[in-house]
Amino acid sequence: MEHIVIIGNGISGVTAARHIRKMSDKKITIVSSETDYFFSRTALMYIYMGHMKFEHTQPYENWFWKKNRIQLKKGFVSKVNHESNELIFSNEETLSYDKLIIATGSKPNKFGWPGQDLEGVMGMYHKQDLENLEKYAPNSKVCKHAVIVGGGLIGIELAEMLHSRNIPVTFLVREDSFWNGVLPAGESGMINRHIKNHHIDLRLGVNLKEIISDDHGKAKAVVIQETGEVIDCDVVGLTAGVSPNIDFLKDSGIELGRGVKVNRYLETNIPNIYAIGDCAEQHEAIGNRRPIEAVWYTGRMMGETVAQTICDNRIEYKPGHWFNSAKFLDIEYQTYGWVFGQPKEYEQQFHWIHEDDTKCITVSYHKDSKEFLGINTFGIRMRHEVFDRWLTEKKDVDFVMQNLSTANFDPEFYQKYEKEVLSAYKNSQLQTV
Amino acid sequence: MSLANPDAKGISVKQKVALATGFIGFFILILALFNTNLPNKGVFLTIALGLITAGTILFANNAYLTKLEGIKNDGVWFKSLSSRGVLGWLTGVGLTTFYIILYFYAELLGLGTNGEANTGLIALFDPLSKLLSGNPASQWFVYGTLYTIAIIAFGYKFILKYRHNKYQQIRTVSVIFFQTAFAFIIPELMARLNTENFSLPYNDLKNMWPLNYYAFDGWRVDQFINAQTVGLAFLIFGILLVFVISPILTYKYGKRWYCSWVCGCGGLAETAGDAFRQLSDKRVSAWKFERWMINTVLVFAVVMTVAVISTYLGYDANKYWFTKNVFLISVVVFLTALLAGVIFFKRDQLNKTALVGAFAGYSITIGFIALIYFFDINQVKVNAAYFSFGLNTKVYNLDAALRSFYGFGIGSIFSGVIGTGFYPILGNRVWCRMGCPMAGILGIQQRLFSKFRITTNGGQCISCGNCSTYCEMGIDVRSYAQKGQNIVRSSCVGCGICSAVCPRGVLKLENDSLQGRINSNEVLLGNDVDLMDYVNKN
Repeated sequence: MEHIVIIGNGISGVTAARHIRKMSDKKITIVSSETDYFFSRTALMYIYMGHMKFEHTQPYENWFWKKNRIQLKKGFVSKVNHESNELIFSNEETLSYDKLIIATGSKPNKFGWPGQDLEGVMGMYHKQDLENLEKYAPNSKVCKHAVIVGGGLIGIELAEMLHSRNIPVTFLVREDSFWNGVLPAGESGMINRHIKNHHIDLRLGVNLKEIISDDHGKAKAVVIQETGEVIDCDVVGLTAGVSPNIDFLKDSGIELGRGVKVNRYLETNIPNIYAIGDCAEQHEAIGNRRPIEAVWYTGRMMGETVAQTICDNRIEYKPGHWFNSAKFLDIEYQTYGWVFGQPKEYEQQFHWIHEDDTKCITVSYHKDSKEFLGINTFGIRMRHEVFDRWLTEKKDVDFVMQNLSTANFDPEFYQKYEKEVLSAYKNSQLQTV
Repeated sequence: MSLANPDAKGISVKQKVALATGFIGFFILILALFNTNLPNKGVFLTIALGLITAGTILFANNAYLTKLEGIKNDGVWFKSLSSRGVLGWLTGVGLTTFYIILYFYAELLGLGTNGEANTGLIALFDPLSKLLSGNPASQWFVYGTLYTIAIIAFGYKFILKYRHNKYQQIRTVSVIFFQTAFAFIIPELMARLNTENFSLPYNDLKNMWPLNYYAFDGWRVDQFINAQTVGLAFLIFGILLVFVISPILTYKYGKRWYCSWVCGCGGLAETAGDAFRQLSDKRVSAWKFERWMINTVLVFAVVMTVAVISTYLGYDANKYWFTKNVFLISVVVFLTALLAGVIFFKRDQLNKTALVGAFAGYSITIGFIALIYFFDINQVKVNAAYFSFGLNTKVYNLDAALRSFYGFGIGSIFSGVIGTGFYPILGNRVWCRMGCPMAGILGIQQRLFSKFRITTNGGQCISCGNCSTYCEMGIDVRSYAQKGQNIVRSSCVGCGICSAVCPRGVLKLENDSLQGRINSNEVLLGNDVDLMDYVNKN
């Protein structure tokens, strides 16, 4: 029986395993050094906040794996020997495979800051990071102040986590407005204000110079590059993005760039080895996507795709229309299609913001053809299925604005804003003509 | 993990003051319970209930109004009360004890027996009872008052907790209204209409059979019939509610119209019980147990009611327009037509287990009806001591024994002692989920004949688990959401909390067309369209 080994028990690897099992009787083994069972990484924050316990983040009960004949192996793979089709573990154990799927995800970026490896300095990605945070920041007595470096999705989540335990947070963001590499200015500005409304000390346009150690090798303060200001703290969160977790593949003969290089079939340069999820890097970016997509949904879709290929239905990874979501403290965010933080030269954007400063949308369309290109929505839920269809049908922006209520996904009895949005849109059209 | 207490926030000074306020009110009730002679009971009762309410309101104001609107579940699993800690267990033991005393030892609360005046806690409530109904209080009046206060005070807290969520607010106003008006004030005031030759039973209009298992007891039906037009109107409304109004509303809106908008048990669960919703068991094994349990209770409720009704019809057919045999035959015809109709029209939605369960329930019911039809079951005498742990030593005819056992085992122990007493251990909906025969009927209707569903938003689920954790009915919502399936489950009471706590806007409660309501597509939106087609074909 063919033995499929998957390194990594995150959403990519587990999705691949489930789909392979559905289509075949192959022997499947998932290897992980992080946890015994699959859990939802995106839910780690809720454990620290006390919304859930760790077991609640596990989507499948523990009997699921045995029942579906998916073997779980705990261990750290230190080397892949593709000539003998063998994994070598850090404890010298070996495991042979017929086909190998690399789904090892990401690790937090560190940019060589002095003091970045001190105690009390951590990312927020692995379960071990959470345990570390619990150790150094159990409450506001042990951790009197925390500094977060890097203004992305994980950074704001970490800020929310610490805030939930009343730990004062200083949030250092390199950009001059939160996440404005992705979000258009109006949205980014609204999130800046929302962060501050939560009494989080948001510092825009600043960089970390160094982290200062106390006498015991533990972080005690950070220094800001621009001003030289020293901020005392007990915990430093490094959340300046993530990069593929592939150090163990160095010199393995598998072609690497920033991630594991794969073609559209998610195949590496070695015939029976595949890579999916955060750690995979496309030779060429697909559409407007990045070559490395470190997103839950793309990991899942790559898992679905590679399972087909492994089960003798070789297909390309051909994701549909881009979508994503996040939550910034109390404000939910969804995006469908493409809305760029710095509008492309063909792109026109319409922005509407509610007077309460917690809801806004940005609609992107082609300035000549008026084709609808994408929408960002904050504080208003929208239907994935409807936007997916409109993008496929290449609807024009007028149609989308007039039918916006079809896409509304807010709970019943919620106030509706479509009329207000439409009249604002019409006004904007009059002004630009 | 660190040994330091993660719940560093604790509670603020204002919250401590609020708690103290509430406890002083509670302490007055305890004083009364131990027969402290309180002068002017009306004033002390007002102070006690006022302080409890004020304490809860102050606490809620400080807990929620000091923060921005949003989900307020920080520290739920760190707090002893809401995570089966010491406080949780103590509260559970306290509530359970209260229910046992209430149901079986009311004299300990001061209930005056044999025409004597009330003493203790019950006497404290006399002034309010006299104000409303003109009669002295009973243990049920005390319970009803405390129950209503709990729904109002904790309902207020819930509304603040979800002040960004209109659905939650309106729903809570609804349960507060139905409890206060329909379950409490109106029936109490109606007791004033009773005279020597006119009397109506205590009637909570919205309390439907079979949740209200005594709805068709002989003495009640007699009273309704004797009360002429008004009584008959109530009786007919009660029957219409079960067979016409409820099915229509459930078709349009799902069982939520009752369970989380109207019902008193649901009302308490959603307000005072909200802090315990995360304690429900989500395992598949619990779901299996639930299906077996709730439908067994439903069958029991039907059998018991049929036995009771057929018995009094047997005594005096003229009074009730039709005879015992006509009644029994009608029940058989109705149940047979119902089962045949369901199997014929919904055959594609019933799996093997459902069919086996339906046939088993049907066979037991019909078998029992045949027994009543052909034999005089009331030759059988049952000593209630066998099933009531000696609390009741009367000897009953079989129908009355069934009725008594149901009242004891289901009405008191299951819905009260376990259902509410175990809130802090098993979660706030264990009765609604495992035991309520009304929820059983509405659930079957919701699963098979309703427009209601929880829609999953394409591929947006991140499997975080908030929805499943906070589902009070123990539904593993995530298992559907992460597959892109709509949630169409008979147990769902439509509280809407899964949708509220979802950080990615994935879930929406909707009444929409029947087409596509149940979608079992495996591959989520977002991937290659051809791949999705391919997988769905296989």
